[in-house]
Amino acid sequence: MKLHAEIVDARRLLCPMPVIRAQERIGQLAPGDMVEILCSDPGALHDIPAWCRLHGHTVLSTVTEDDEIRVTVRVGPRVTPGL
Amino acid sequence: MKRHIARTGSVLGAKCVSTEVLHVVAGARMDRPRFNRDQEGLMPARKAVALISGGLDSMLAARLMQDQGVHVEGLNFFTGFCVEGHTHAIRKDKRARPLRNNALWSAEQLGIRLHIIDVVDEYKDIVINPRHGYGAHLNPCLDCKGFMVRKAREWMETHGFDFIITGEVLGQRPKSQRRDTFPIVARESGAFDLLLRPLSAKLLPPTRPEREGWVDRERLLALNGRGRKPQIGLAGTFGFNDYAQPAGGCCFLTDENYARRLSDLWQSRGDKRYDLDDIMLLKVGRHLRVSPAFKLIIGREEGENRFLRGYRQRFTHLAATDYEGPLVLVVGEAGEDGLMLAARITARFGQGREAGTVCVLAQVPDGTEREFHVTPLPSSELPPEWYL
Repeated sequence: MKLHAEIVDARRLLCPMPVIRAQERIGQLAPGDMVEILCSDPGALHDIPAWCRLHGHTVLSTVTEDDEIRVTVRVGPRVTPGL
Repeated sequence: MKRHIARTGSVLGAKCVSTEVLHVVAGARMDRPRFNRDQEGLMPARKAVALISGGLDSMLAARLMQDQGVHVEGLNFFTGFCVEGHTHAIRKDKRARPLRNNALWSAEQLGIRLHIIDVVDEYKDIVINPRHGYGAHLNPCLDCKGFMVRKAREWMETHGFDFIITGEVLGQRPKSQRRDTFPIVARESGAFDLLLRPLSAKLLPPTRPEREGWVDRERLLALNGRGRKPQIGLAGTFGFNDYAQPAGGCCFLTDENYARRLSDLWQSRGDKRYDLDDIMLLKVGRHLRVSPAFKLIIGREEGENRFLRGYRQRFTHLAATDYEGPLVLVVGEAGEDGLMLAARITARFGQGREAGTVCVLAQVPDGTEREFHVTPLPSSELPPEWYL
């Protein structure tokens, strides 16, 4: 397990691109790893947690500062499609 | 053959299998069926990949499959042209609607996993060279459907799923959802008879999932035409009270104004090229084709200005310094006279439009700045044909 959070920079991207970037990165990580997704589209506040709920990942925090949003996610168990 | 459905989260849960046909319950359910009971006993649940657009029809199609005990996972393709809340995300005055991705929302309602796939680059060939041509505007609907089903077929093969479902309804779309076009999509996608359209299945030849008994054809539907009443009724039965029904569909390419801007982009470049930034910018602001050499993108409110500020490193941009007003991007080569004209237009769309002189700052991406003291351009000097 990594102690530091991987950074996914999805600023300036509109949803669903932040979700796609997060999905791609999380797919390369191990269960328990942490990812911090930087966004500017306020839709990410809804979409990233929704995607995490569907795929078993945990949103640890969402922080909004000025026009920037940081969503921190702990990667859940690896799940194979169809199982 | 009467099929019963096991609803248990446990692979070994045969003792607690319910033999009742499931009724629909709203809300996410992640306890997917692992086994179905048929005449020979328990068998693994069949797996379907569903194209989930975020609209009602794909949601209903997926739910019909779940009710037959099929394990469903969703695919949603991001082409760059998806309407999907972008303008609402950008414009502050459009924030009344929830900032959510409808495909994710649908998946949560259904309790299925949703895989969102970036197809922006691959999709260019569909938009630029559609084999079956465009619809009313620049919408290559038939090619698009074939492309998406092909991508779903590839995903299905990679992940060991059994068949593909879509929310297509016979006769609902004039370009792509017709009796004569359905086989084209099935053939060109390579899905052939593994493509099932649950909402209209009874009006179509039986597919392999029906013939093999993976699903019960008798429990599929025979919807036909553009009417929405049956779907809305079914949504009520299923407890879906909140779902997206975009009036103009879910794709900007069906939008006349957007198509005009895209045509202009291609014409100005001399060929049909685009990147993701190009097509995102077409969704934002007023676009004025001032000359063949350049156009202006003018923010209409603070949300759009903020979005356009993200492009300051790529384009020359202007803004008034002594009045509130838009951020204006210059796309193309304006030259000296063009930049002066752009400054006057910038002043015209700001709070200083009635002032004698407005100070407008122009900045080029390398950081060079120039100040213009200009008279705002009167509206009488803004030809309507400049507006894209």
